[in-house]
Amino acid sequence: MIKIAIASGKGGTGKTFIATNIFNTLLKNQINAVLVDCDAEAPNAIAFFDARHTNTIDVTKLIPVIDINTCTFCGKCNEYCNYNSIFILPPMRIIQVIEDLCHGCGACTVACEFDAITEKSSPLGKVSTFLAEGNHIIIEARMKVGIMSPVPVIKDAIKLASNNAGIVIFDSPPGTSCPFIQTVSASDYVILVTEPTPFGLSDLKQSVDTLNKINKPCGVIINRSDIGNSEVKNYLQKQDIPILLEIPFSKEIAELYSTGKIVSETVPALGEQLYCLVKKIINLYGNSSN
Amino acid sequence: MEIAVISGKGGTGKSSIAAAFATLNERIVIADCDVDAANLYLLFNPTHEEELVYITGHKATINYDKCTNCGICESYCRFDAISILNNKVIISEISCDGCFLCSHICTENAIYMVQNDKSKMYSGSFRNGKMVYGRLAPGEDNSGKLVNMVREKAKQVAKENNINTVILDGPPGIGCPVISTITGVDKVIIVTEPSISGLHDMKRTLEIVKKFGIEAFVIINKFDLNPKISMQIDSWCTDECVHVIGHLPFEPQIVEAMVQGLSINEFDSGLNISKKISEIWNKIKNPTPYS
Repeated sequence: MIKIAIASGKGGTGKTFIATNIFNTLLKNQINAVLVDCDAEAPNAIAFFDARHTNTIDVTKLIPVIDINTCTFCGKCNEYCNYNSIFILPPMRIIQVIEDLCHGCGACTVACEFDAITEKSSPLGKVSTFLAEGNHIIIEARMKVGIMSPVPVIKDAIKLASNNAGIVIFDSPPGTSCPFIQTVSASDYVILVTEPTPFGLSDLKQSVDTLNKINKPCGVIINRSDIGNSEVKNYLQKQDIPILLEIPFSKEIAELYSTGKIVSETVPALGEQLYCLVKKIINLYGNSSN
Repeated sequence: MEIAVISGKGGTGKSSIAAAFATLNERIVIADCDVDAANLYLLFNPTHEEELVYITGHKATINYDKCTNCGICESYCRFDAISILNNKVIISEISCDGCFLCSHICTENAIYMVQNDKSKMYSGSFRNGKMVYGRLAPGEDNSGKLVNMVREKAKQVAKENNINTVILDGPPGIGCPVISTITGVDKVIIVTEPSISGLHDMKRTLEIVKKFGIEAFVIINKFDLNPKISMQIDSWCTDECVHVIGHLPFEPQIVEAMVQGLSINEFDSGLNISKKISEIWNKIKNPTPYS
């Protein structure tokens, strides 16, 4: 098995476009594949498939409930909390949990020597499973609106996919911070999708630096390859990072994509190119330990 | 007045539009709150008048001279960051949330916390005023707090320089850094595009904006790439009483402007899109009833 993450620093470069088309082409070639939408803040992959919902699990965190009558207002829980989520005014006998700031680490519960803290679960989002044609699994991580971090939902979606024996495709969230890292660190290979513009290059560099830091091999797909300038190519050449594919801008692709169509169904050449590049990646990086 | 430009979906044109707003006549403070992938400095090439180190958080580290591999820390960690491999306790830097709990419960005092201090905030001048931006070091965490710091600095700079308008260029998504970008701002501009993904993400973005009770305006960028979905967005917004303040055409010159380090309005103020952007800005700055 192999896990491939489709990622980019910059948003809107075509991550979901590539991820859904790779998944679709594997599915057409009857290769066992799972698509995991890890962009839990803005999950969109499922909209491209006619898939049947089979299962949803709730993702929760445990947050403290403080019993005012047992609490001695010693303040140790506040000392232990590294997220400033316990507000305490001992002289006024006021103590409150600021639930939005709480990360659910359990430190306050451990800190309390008077058994004044119990815990309740609080929703963070959902991980849903769908079946696309031929029983291919799509897993979607969806953060609840108003929650601060998508990471716990992403982690659970990745865990659910890790039982699978086939090719796992992660559609990664944008950026280079925690949600991105969670996703790429669970993968064997990262396909970075970029565009040849100054913004694209700047974010590509940031992504490559991050991947180097955690020793992940990567290759690049240049989307809308005929716009902008040649700086992205120069950079990749200097860094010795392979260009896996160049996709020129096409109004046809943009239109198909905007209506939720799988582009490679209409443009089979794209599907063939993606199929070949995935096969190459599997030959080089398959059967690793992640 | 603080005006935030956000989108939900990435790549809809937030930064290009924010940059255009920032280069229409008046003096402005622009704050790049997309600290994960800051881009505006590429167009504005600001001077660095001030540079501050930002501590994004902490990571637990094991002192193996003291560690007895008892495994108590593993049982307490709720972030699956601690595992025991070949009788040795290992902490995954990626999963560690920096909560300090393991360092508190370790009976051997074998766990210490190390600061993440590679992220930075910069403040300086650009051709139309002042600019503040944050850059999260690769792989570092807690962008929301850095956004707060960028906004505080932007407000301070605005006050010191008698500038009335602060434009915040926000990150994509709807999580922590976005919440930090919009909390307490006067107006939010949501830039969307006519695709099912754009519409879906705009709805989630409006949900979060509504929670904060902030006045929101929608710009449909590249509306002509799919007029049908543009109309869907229009009618959805009408039903939800959200003001669509403008439709911008798809304009390939945006990329050319970016390559030259200019906003689209600086590049060519005569373009249809540039005129539209000026109109939208005037409407946002000087709202008239029934506009």
